[in-house]
Amino acid sequence: MIEHFKIEQLDLVFGKNSKKVFQALDAGQSREHIHQELKHVIAVQNVNFSVYKSEILVIMGLSGSGKSSLLRCLNGMNGRTIGKTRGQILYLDAETNQRINLIECPKNHLRKIRKHQVSMVFQQFGLMPWRTVSENVAFPLEIQGIKSTERIKQVEEKLEIVGLAKWKSHYPHELSGGMQQRVGLARAFVTQADVLLMDEPFSALDPLIRKQLQDEILELQQKFKKTIIFVTHDFSEAIKIGSRIAIMDAGKILQIGTPQDIIENPACENVKRFTEDIKGTHTFLT
Amino acid sequence: MQKLPIGAWAQDGVNFLTQFFENQFRFVSDSIASIIEKFISLLMWFPPLAFIITSLILIFIVKRSIKNILVISFCFLAILNLGYWEETLETMTLVLFATLISTFVGIPIGILCAHHSFIYAIMRPVLDLMQTIPTFVYLIPTLMLFGLGMAPGLISTIIFAMPAVIRLTYLGISNVPHALLEVADSFGANSWKKLSSVEIPHAWQSIKTGISQCMMLSLSMVVVAALVGADGLGKPVVQALNTVNISKGIESGMTIVFVAILLDRIFANSSQKIGAVR
Repeated sequence: MIEHFKIEQLDLVFGKNSKKVFQALDAGQSREHIHQELKHVIAVQNVNFSVYKSEILVIMGLSGSGKSSLLRCLNGMNGRTIGKTRGQILYLDAETNQRINLIECPKNHLRKIRKHQVSMVFQQFGLMPWRTVSENVAFPLEIQGIKSTERIKQVEEKLEIVGLAKWKSHYPHELSGGMQQRVGLARAFVTQADVLLMDEPFSALDPLIRKQLQDEILELQQKFKKTIIFVTHDFSEAIKIGSRIAIMDAGKILQIGTPQDIIENPACENVKRFTEDIKGTHTFLT
Repeated sequence: MQKLPIGAWAQDGVNFLTQFFENQFRFVSDSIASIIEKFISLLMWFPPLAFIITSLILIFIVKRSIKNILVISFCFLAILNLGYWEETLETMTLVLFATLISTFVGIPIGILCAHHSFIYAIMRPVLDLMQTIPTFVYLIPTLMLFGLGMAPGLISTIIFAMPAVIRLTYLGISNVPHALLEVADSFGANSWKKLSSVEIPHAWQSIKTGISQCMMLSLSMVVVAALVGADGLGKPVVQALNTVNISKGIESGMTIVFVAILLDRIFANSSQKIGAVR
């Protein structure tokens, strides 16, 4: 299996004086201590994992566990203007087929990767209220500098895939939450990116729509073989969608493995707490 | 106790400027005056009725509202009837130029303020000063630097009206939700793209409000502008005041009100429509 991302000893700190915090971390001080004494938040601490090509890796944890912060490291949105990262995020650049460290790579290069290779879906959809559905989907293509005739063609194709072709000239507020997130999906697909970062994309939706979109995402994944990193706080969503699950707590990854692995052999008490609820209802897994 | 030498400093500063840069200031003043005068004579070239009908047609095409057209045509005809057509055109030109310059200078300053907190920290007291200092106070130095005429009137008007544009641009841009900026970031937008396709569209309502406020504030300066020799509706008001002429005062005063209604009906944006879409 090809490693699309390889993350090694990643730390992420929020606050002004990251240097001091990294020193304190190296001296073995705890996250709580640093939070109280130095008033800095350690969002991610000593994280190591890989993301394989065309898998769905679910990062699962409660709120405040650092899962969304970790996700935003993978396209460099955390660690530059917001927060400071250290360690390695080795990314397999599709253009050059070489591994580059996202923490050190120049800003332009990072922007290029975001434009063409890694796109993102947001919890609150992130649609622009003054743009129609198709204008929203066209937004990444505008950034890529693609001509408007070509844009229209690609946008319509993607709206067809998510079943919103009829709604293309409506505004986001005229759509239901589920449809708005479909627009978000179409927008993420339109860039032809191989990697999708999904930040609790279905958490704001009601259960029926959520289930429907989960099925759709699995279907799309079957069809287009994207590498998806999916953040959620819902364990049943994690086992439904994930090829593998990474469980996070307090900025660290507690365990990473297939859903079955995690349910059968939870690494520690904290992991066990997540799995216990699920065991009764999903007997098919055991 | 020693008095703070604020007055002396200001005096020295203005003296210094007049002594060494008088020609430059006069050049600016003359060019502004000549541009404005050319524009006014262009407007005067149209027969008033032709001007009114053309503008009514244009306004109807944009606004599509009969009620608006009725109010606007009443104002135009009332002004024409009272005999202040030329002064009205002069005032409108002054307001138009003041608003245009305030917009083109104010919006970038507002954006800079929203992006860099230290610039806002510097600009805040400056804006407060521009809006609160009594206008007559800076009429004296502007008069010394630019002489009598349209230029000092325009500049005083801009000083008073521009803060509205800056403040509302600042407000609009700094209220852009972080989530939308994050979206633009995540798709690799650079700062220009973020500004042009997220920040400005989101702040657009606020910026438009700033521009229309700026326009009204400019109009409220006509009388003051007349004191430094700017042509327009302020002049008859000042004359009426000096000669205690009640009928002239009321006529010219009402004309200013009609102009205000006109500007409001023509330029107040149909924001309700777009606002509802959000």
